[in-house]
Amino acid sequence: MTAKLQVSSLNAWFSTTQALKNINVEVAANRVLAIIGPSGCGKSTFVRCLNRMHELLPGARSEGRVLLDGEDVYSKALDPSTLRRRVGMVFQRANVFPTLSIRDNVLSGLKLNRVKKNYQEVLERTLRQTALWDEVKDRLSSDATQLSGGQQQRLCIARALAVEPEVLLMDEPASALDPIATAKIEELIDELKSRYTIVIVTHNMQQAIRISDFTAFFCMGELIEQGATKQLFTKPEKQQTEDYVTGKFG
Amino acid sequence: MKMRVHSAVRRVVNWGMTGLCLTAVLMALMPLGSILWLVVSKGARSLSISFLTELPAAVGESGGGVGNAIVGTLYLVVLAGLLGLPLGVGAGVYLAERGAGRLGSAVRFTAEVLGSVPSIVVGVVAYGLVVATMHRFSALAGGLALGILMVPTLARATEEMVRLVPHTLREASLALGVPAWRTTLSIVLRTAWGGILNVALLGIARAAGETAPLLFTSLNNQYWNFRPDQPTASLTVQIFNYAISPYEDWQRKAWGSALVLLLLVGLLSLLAHFTRRRSAI
Ligand SMILES: Nc1ncnc2c1ncn2[C@@H]1O[C@H](COP(=O)(O)OP(=O)(O)OP(=O)(O)O)[C@@H](O)[C@H]1O
Ligand SMILES: [Mg+2]
Repeated sequence: MTAKLQVSSLNAWFSTTQALKNINVEVAANRVLAIIGPSGCGKSTFVRCLNRMHELLPGARSEGRVLLDGEDVYSKALDPSTLRRRVGMVFQRANVFPTLSIRDNVLSGLKLNRVKKNYQEVLERTLRQTALWDEVKDRLSSDATQLSGGQQQRLCIARALAVEPEVLLMDEPASALDPIATAKIEELIDELKSRYTIVIVTHNMQQAIRISDFTAFFCMGELIEQGATKQLFTKPEKQQTEDYVTGKFG
Repeated sequence: MKMRVHSAVRRVVNWGMTGLCLTAVLMALMPLGSILWLVVSKGARSLSISFLTELPAAVGESGGGVGNAIVGTLYLVVLAGLLGLPLGVGAGVYLAERGAGRLGSAVRFTAEVLGSVPSIVVGVVAYGLVVATMHRFSALAGGLALGILMVPTLARATEEMVRLVPHTLREASLALGVPAWRTTLSIVLRTAWGGILNVALLGIARAAGETAPLLFTSLNNQYWNFRPDQPTASLTVQIFNYAISPYEDWQRKAWGSALVLLLLVGLLSLLAHFTRRRSAI
């Protein structure tokens, strides 16, 4: 089976500080890869390299290869916008469009890319998937900023789902959510697996165990260990991994 | 004991400072208030339906109005907006998004210099560009002069507004696969639009109050004019002509026109105040 995403010798910098050091990872299609590791270890930087968001920051650059279906995402022939339509992203901090309504926020990816769809159907489906429909169905035209932080985060997930990417990058999507909404999102991820490949950053070990097939443990910009989630959490090969997953450090 | 003295002193100082601030505010408002009072009290007598809608009467004839000058001012301001808005907003967006390089500093410097050029000089430029080549005074020349005057402030304000848009919004849009140029237009500019429109309306209001650059560009006109290649009446030039005339009736009309202009500009500023609204895709 060929990998959906194949990362080899990936290095990333912010100006002179190196945030990622020689990362090699593969993600198979329709699988969930969880990225865990202490704060500041480069998890966000890693996922942002996969859809070329990293290079947009001033002074940021990266090196190495990222293959999507065997195609180099950093090749000049591939337009970054085309890539980003195939590799969607939910950011660590909710970033709804403040000037747009709830409805237009969800549909923004389709409308701005001039994609014609049954908007109402997309709207209801994605909002139901993110457990937001019942909370917002009566005020779809009001400002997205009127929603609570957790609702805004789910709106961002709905917005990413609406464009139907092949790969979904989620950077701590549940960090601002209560247990019920978190459970809904985890359910959603399970359901999405059949159609999408998912890379999810999480600080919650239990969540990683519940939702992921594979886990990669990062520390100080390096990939310490990766493997099947069950394996990594029960019989880690490295002492550092064991210390982290058992809560002795990090 | 010491504490109580302390807090008493503090209270006195507090009152004193509040009093000083209030005095400063009153002193700043006084000129504004007296101008308003003068214009309203002297101009209100001339106001009537016919004053607002009729053409000016000849010397000695009673009655007549400044209808053509009101329309002329609006016409000039619209022309100025059509020329100045795209240029000013475009330059501002460029400066905010791509203005880090050498061309950016050049544009910024040019805008700064242009901003400090006296308006009458801008009028001369419009004269040279339009009036001299077309061999006649025209609304177009006046609109161009006012339009050029709007550009520098508009560019700087737009740059500021666009810079205020958080980077995370740009990222959100780019991550959806929206190309950079459309992100700028549809997300960044749209988010900043309320502020830009606000500044634009204030700029238009200011342009409506300009006299000097109009004296030798749009000149004046005794009749209605809707053609861009013809001289056009404007409130400011009309006020100027009426005010320096020896006739008492005309001087009264100058006050009346001033009041009309004040109301017009006030209305625009008020409009600017209410421009922050949500938009849709
Ligand atoms: N914009 C930036 N400029 C400079 N350095 C940055 C920037 N963003 C992140 N870094 C640095 O890069 C390293 C990796 O950051 P990153 O955001 O990838 O960490 P993370 O693993 O996602 O952490 P967290 O769990 O707190 O979100 C950190 O040392 C951080 O200080
Ligand atoms: Mg992070």
